[in-house]
Amino acid sequence: MDLFRKILIANRGEIAVRIIRACKELGIKTVAVYSEADKDALHVKLADESICIGPPNPAQSYLNITAILSAADITDAEAIHPGYGFLSENAQFAEACINSGITFIGPTPEAIRIGGDKAKARQILKRKGIPVVPGSDGPVTSEDACMKIIKKIGLPVIFKASAGGGGRGMRIVKEESEIEQAFFMAQREALAAFGNGELYIEKYFPKVRHIEIQILADRQGNIVHLGERDCTIQRRHQKLVEEAPSPVLSEKLRKRIGEYAVKAAKAIKYRNAGTFEFIVDDELNPYFIEINTRVQVEHPVTEEITDVDIIKEQIKIAKGYSISFKQSQVKFKGHAIECRINAEDPEKFTPSPGIVEFIHFPGGPGIRVDSFLYEGCKVSPYYDSLVAKIIAKGSNRQEAIVRMRRALEEMSIKGIKTNIPFFLKVLDHPDFQKGKFFTDFVQTMNNNEKD
Amino acid sequence: MELDEIKDLISFLKDTDVTELNIEREGFKIRIKRGYIYGPIEISRKVTTYEEAPVPQQIKEITKEEEEVLHTVTSPLVGTFYRSASPDSPPFVEVGARVEKGQVLCIIEAMKIMNEIESDVSGVVKKILVENGQPVEYGEPLFLIEVA
Repeated sequence: MDLFRKILIANRGEIAVRIIRACKELGIKTVAVYSEADKDALHVKLADESICIGPPNPAQSYLNITAILSAADITDAEAIHPGYGFLSENAQFAEACINSGITFIGPTPEAIRIGGDKAKARQILKRKGIPVVPGSDGPVTSEDACMKIIKKIGLPVIFKASAGGGGRGMRIVKEESEIEQAFFMAQREALAAFGNGELYIEKYFPKVRHIEIQILADRQGNIVHLGERDCTIQRRHQKLVEEAPSPVLSEKLRKRIGEYAVKAAKAIKYRNAGTFEFIVDDELNPYFIEINTRVQVEHPVTEEITDVDIIKEQIKIAKGYSISFKQSQVKFKGHAIECRINAEDPEKFTPSPGIVEFIHFPGGPGIRVDSFLYEGCKVSPYYDSLVAKIIAKGSNRQEAIVRMRRALEEMSIKGIKTNIPFFLKVLDHPDFQKGKFFTDFVQTMNNNEKD
Repeated sequence: MELDEIKDLISFLKDTDVTELNIEREGFKIRIKRGYIYGPIEISRKVTTYEEAPVPQQIKEITKEEEEVLHTVTSPLVGTFYRSASPDSPPFVEVGARVEKGQVLCIIEAMKIMNEIESDVSGVVKKILVENGQPVEYGEPLFLIEVA
């Protein structure tokens, strides 16, 4: 297979390591870029070449489009993989790559723009017959318009920023008296956080699960979905535990949501890997919420149960190859769970940067570790606190849980604190074991502990 | 300086406690070091003639200790290093040249844009660390300048 000769990875941490690993297996040379804070980072050590692109502050390094394109230019890289976060969902960056004659390993700038404009994405998919959370048809610009919609769908509602993401710029309204203030506050927050005060309204469901569908789409127009990931275990909209398949989805419902995702991808002419996020209420009704136009942190759980390497597929699709399998060939085998190990205090959830004095990763059957840690490495305070992903696979959910438990007990790390103790509590919780939980699980668990 | 003179200098040093001697004159430098067993003798000689264009880096060797006290101008961006404004024009600076703060030292090309890199100090250029046309990364040392 004629692939790229050299790929630059415009990211750091575990995902940069993950991409370098895929490239090595495909026989592609790699270029790592790094900030001054990351000169001894694992992705720099593993890559064939490395270029320092700026100071620790991400705005001047990992978000610096000119520096990254220059690095690609001077190293003769043919393609750029953006990973997740940083520039991965920046349409301007994707465009700049194309204009510089470099292949952007991801969707088109147009698709990235639609994904970034959540009110618009809702509108497009609703018109295609995909169920969206009841709410406004596009952005809401005035308080009056807002009142009209609330009259129609009823309280509680949630205000969301069109340009928002990662749980920021959201406000829940439960009482009529709160509407006015919440509207203006959310607008101000959105403006401050994203430079865009545009809001849209959705009905707020207190008891939902977060279900997302992984899709792959090639330039030839083939689209397949790789089933769902259940990312319901969250804290403040930050995912912590992800699993596949979801403990609540029937074969029939999986097929239905999967088809929605494929239809949605087709509607926006999506290309490369992407994720369509849905919420599923307590009566198992799915509603589309948003599109993630990048590879996701939790992609390994899908890889583990489908035997598809999503990163390799991304690279092949970007080179122009068509997907090598059909929807009917996608088979789900076993159950996989991922825990996101963050460098943080397990009680207070505050970041815990430092030097890793000792590390022992778990192993044995069914365990996969995606991490950038090594003994003596530095966990820098400038970036995300995710330091490792432990993925446990079992022939069924029960085995995956038991395996994850023993893996987390096996793992030993000194020098930084991690949230491993938190995961042990989750895994031992009867509701988690039964698969009966909603997005309020972590909050409820923590509250019950305090009582 | 002739060979005899150097010999005289060395025998003179034998009777002293001096272990190292550096003499520098126009286009000429000698460094004599005395050790217990066959102390090294380093002679470097450079005469500038009309035929021979200066090879700046070699005019004189700078020791590690000396480098530490010099001011380092680093690259503020990723790109390609050029010593002159165009292939035909003379280099912005040579070793030994006096530069003022704000004076252009080189160009770094990034994405077809020529960025003029100015000196952040006034002083004398002691060393140019990068070859013309070589790619540089952020923070890479470019020039050593003796602040004066």
